[in-house]
Amino acid sequence: MSKTFDRLVSGIDSDGHGAYVEEHDEESNSMVINMGPVHPSTHGVLRLLLELDGETVLRCEPIIGYLHTGMEKECEDQNWRGAVTIVTRMDYLAQFANEQVYSMAVEELLGIDLPPRAVAIRCMIAELNRLSSHLVWFGTTGLDMGAMSAMFYGFREREMILDFFEMVTGLRMNNGYIIPGGVWVDLPDGWDAALEAILDVMPKRLDEYEALLNENPIFLERTSGVGVLSRDDALALGATGPIARASGVDWDLRRDMPYEGYEGVTFAVPTATSGDVYGRYRVRMAEMRETLELIRHFADNMPEGDFKNMDPKLTPPPRSELNRSMEAVIHHFKLVTQGFTVPEGETYARVESPRGELGCYIVSDGGTSPYRCHVRDPSFVNLQALGPMAQGQLIADLIATIASTDPIMGGVDR
Amino acid sequence: MIDWIKQLPGNVIDFIGPEIIIATAKVVLVFGVLLVTTLLVIWFERRVIADMQARVGPNRWGPFGLFQTLADGIKLFFKEDFRPAAADRWTFVIAPVMAMVPAFLAFAVVPLGDHVVIAGHRVDLVMSDLNIGILYFLAVGSLGVYGVVLAGWASGSKYPLIGSIRSTAQMISYEIALGLSLVPIALVAGSLSTVDIVAAQAGTYDNIVLFGRDLNFLEGIIPHWFIVQQWPAFLIFLVAGIAETNRAPFDLPEAETELVAGYHTEYSGIRFAMFFLGEYVHVVAISAMAATLFFGGWHGWNPAFPAAIDWLRWIVPIFWFTIKTVAFVYLFVWLRATLPRLRYDRLMWVGWKRLIPGALVWIVVTAVLNSDPEEVPTSARLWVMAVVFAILLAWVWRGDPRLTALEPWRKKEVTRGTA
Repeated sequence: MSKTFDRLVSGIDSDGHGAYVEEHDEESNSMVINMGPVHPSTHGVLRLLLELDGETVLRCEPIIGYLHTGMEKECEDQNWRGAVTIVTRMDYLAQFANEQVYSMAVEELLGIDLPPRAVAIRCMIAELNRLSSHLVWFGTTGLDMGAMSAMFYGFREREMILDFFEMVTGLRMNNGYIIPGGVWVDLPDGWDAALEAILDVMPKRLDEYEALLNENPIFLERTSGVGVLSRDDALALGATGPIARASGVDWDLRRDMPYEGYEGVTFAVPTATSGDVYGRYRVRMAEMRETLELIRHFADNMPEGDFKNMDPKLTPPPRSELNRSMEAVIHHFKLVTQGFTVPEGETYARVESPRGELGCYIVSDGGTSPYRCHVRDPSFVNLQALGPMAQGQLIADLIATIASTDPIMGGVDR
Repeated sequence: MIDWIKQLPGNVIDFIGPEIIIATAKVVLVFGVLLVTTLLVIWFERRVIADMQARVGPNRWGPFGLFQTLADGIKLFFKEDFRPAAADRWTFVIAPVMAMVPAFLAFAVVPLGDHVVIAGHRVDLVMSDLNIGILYFLAVGSLGVYGVVLAGWASGSKYPLIGSIRSTAQMISYEIALGLSLVPIALVAGSLSTVDIVAAQAGTYDNIVLFGRDLNFLEGIIPHWFIVQQWPAFLIFLVAGIAETNRAPFDLPEAETELVAGYHTEYSGIRFAMFFLGEYVHVVAISAMAATLFFGGWHGWNPAFPAAIDWLRWIVPIFWFTIKTVAFVYLFVWLRATLPRLRYDRLMWVGWKRLIPGALVWIVVTAVLNSDPEEVPTSARLWVMAVVFAILLAWVWRGDPRLTALEPWRKKEVTRGTA
């Protein structure tokens, strides 16, 4: 066998990466195995370096970076409006949450207010996004555990929501819909009927999912007591979102640090104490039901009026104005050629994305593009809890744990 | 065809012997039918599971997509025959064959129907009526594990190795439960031959006396199938049989979301197709055995019916046998669509701590109940049945303490600053 082959077998890739292997003791009878970056259930290109004793995981090191395309840096090359199209591609299953948090940060630096309709549209579509993201989680969790049908059921309902997104924004993913100052286009005619169809069918479908899995003995065996994360560990590792809430951390930014339209709304934040995969499953399922009520709340109380801040320094004038007003032409020219400027300063905005606290740290030098745009992605932070959770488990449990962590590698690597 | 055989020079037939011609014809026929059946079963599974998953399934190639499997097979046949550098050459080549052949062999003892008379020769519709039929079935069934183990070992890769280790443990332990679940059948039928076992299931239950009451209206309705009195053995057989075939929820050796593709990760082309074929033939074989041993084999609901028309005498049994087998194949598909995969340690737990003790207990119960028909009346048997059934129901319905994951949570008004 060649030297290269030896290295590959021992878990080091062709570039000599995989430094963890160097600690590996050849006498210890354990096996080092690479799970990923190309593996059916590592949710994209997550690479896990596993040390196995038989099927027991002795050590699990997540290795990330296989999807890194420098998106944060790319934001600096866009103007403030254009960077929305970059952030939306980070956590691509929670695209509206990304757009929302970025826009909130920019708006804070601009010091502008949003019209109420813009706030309601944003919150409604972000909650729908939470639903679609959790449906993908539901499908992939079922698939990873061998319950293949769950995937098709989850994606069937997600398709309805994506159709709604397409109806509103023109795109299914990477929408670039929420922009600093509001949303870039108003809700189309007939949006309420389309939404009603989703809200009608979803509770029934959620009942079906829960009938399939909630009390399934095999599912219980695969999930309960698996991938346990204690409350203290969850706090110490900075885990947020459903993972932390399943460990008993009663923390939801929508309720505890309300932003945009969540003030004055009544909703529940489901929590569990078990901290295992089953707890996370139940928390997410309960969250979907709560989300449905929130969507209904925002849709029922949709105000009339502008859907974006009409400040001419921020929003191009209507087409009809351009024929009459020289000032409008100048504004239009400035906004199209270089975009608006943001006052010098820095700020941090945060929202509760489907996966936890999604933050955006923005620095402006007073120019027309971000000086720095850092995104605190929940998948990235939650992923560091994977190692402690997987310790001492079987491979099958590790798969269930990854699925319950619900990492989106686009968000992890950015 | 038969006239043609008659026109052959007498000495040729005498030289070969009609038995050898008949046996060869049966082998070729069963092999061909089994291959075609497998193609149909794969198509059937894909269509049924698609229906269960709210999608369409293969429908392009041939009527209702029937030729899809054929097209897939042709594609696999012409694919590059790839062998990893680290693979053990000959073992790698032999393993898929060893996985496939035993699955076909198991069909030798499955009676497809009653006998027919062709050109004065009695032809039993079973390839070989071995007097150790069940033992033969178990023996060739266990041979299949070698293909899987050797495939994993010979691939020279880690995921297949884990898959084959899983498979070794799984198939060996479930082989025991499978064998034990068939002992009561042998006790009741008084024979290990599958033909005798089917013959023992002919007719219906007569003179049903339940707690001193004569239930005349049930007479001639309940068929004398072994499922009626041997259903605990059937449950064990079914679970162990599914585990034997490496099918969901026991598909741990190939567990695609854990081990990429398990033992056949490194296989492609026609070698992969052999594993695939072997698995599906195994499914058909287990289904056929379930029908044969517990559901009366080729016996229909009302055995008096086919006597009316002569050619129905051998068509109807085959029809019944096919219906029963397809029903079991459907069950296999249904389980795959519904259940998540078991975990390795739980799988062993179910096998060793539930199925094997259960099978042993049931053997004792069956032996006692069948000791002397005069001494053990029907009501006593029914009482034992009722107790076993009640224990099972209580065990299933006892509730699960693991279901309390969710804390009681209530709705809260959201106002700024309540952190």
